[in-house]
Amino acid sequence: MNGYESTILQAALLAAALMLTAAFLLAFLRLIRGPSVPDRVVALDLVAVLVVAAVAVQCIAADQPVLFDAALVLALVAFLGTVAFARYVERSGRDD
Amino acid sequence: MTEVLVAVLLLIGSLLMLLAGVGILRMPDLYMRLGTSTKASTLGLACILTAVAVHFAQMGVSTRAIAAVVFIFLTAPIAAHMIGRAAYVVGVSMWDRTVFDELQGRREPTPSESPDEIANREDGHPASRDGRTPGA
Repeated sequence: MNGYESTILQAALLAAALMLTAAFLLAFLRLIRGPSVPDRVVALDLVAVLVVAAVAVQCIAADQPVLFDAALVLALVAFLGTVAFARYVERSGRDD
Repeated sequence: MTEVLVAVLLLIGSLLMLLAGVGILRMPDLYMRLGTSTKASTLGLACILTAVAVHFAQMGVSTRAIAAVVFIFLTAPIAAHMIGRAAYVVGVSMWDRTVFDELQGRREPTPSESPDEIANREDGHPASRDGRTPGA
């Protein structure tokens, strides 16, 4: 591993963490605001994807491949959660 | 060299994530928010997971990362489609400058509705299930 390349990687990790944080804030704003339930479900889905991405970035930063399993499981659960929410919204009828 | 590739993939991925965040906050209606956030976040996550695969370059980790990318590419559109359909059925309104609505008056029947109930809907907007009036 040579010097300046790992500096580039460190800078990219920092930048990625900052951008993901900003994206989290924007998604949470929509989650709070979202006029209808489906809006909130979409925001929550984005938050779940962002968490997966954040865990992956942390996994590179800490050099711990074990953490990646958490991201994988979270991706699976997030999909099921979103589908369950969609079915719930569809059954509960008009409620915006 | 590997580090630079990982850095570039991370930057592209997180930039796309940020775009998804901006899109979900700024777009005027649910359907546009759904489109922007799903597409941008799927591609962004694919880039970040590819960065993980390149960085560790081990059989076990890289296989899982690629499997996760494939899984995300399969499931994200399904989840988005289900939420979008649920929102349309429930009657979430579109942006007032939407040009046209392809599904208007052509929505497939839900099991609890008979075909003439659908034909009798005057505004093309779905009546809610169980014969309840909208808003009840």
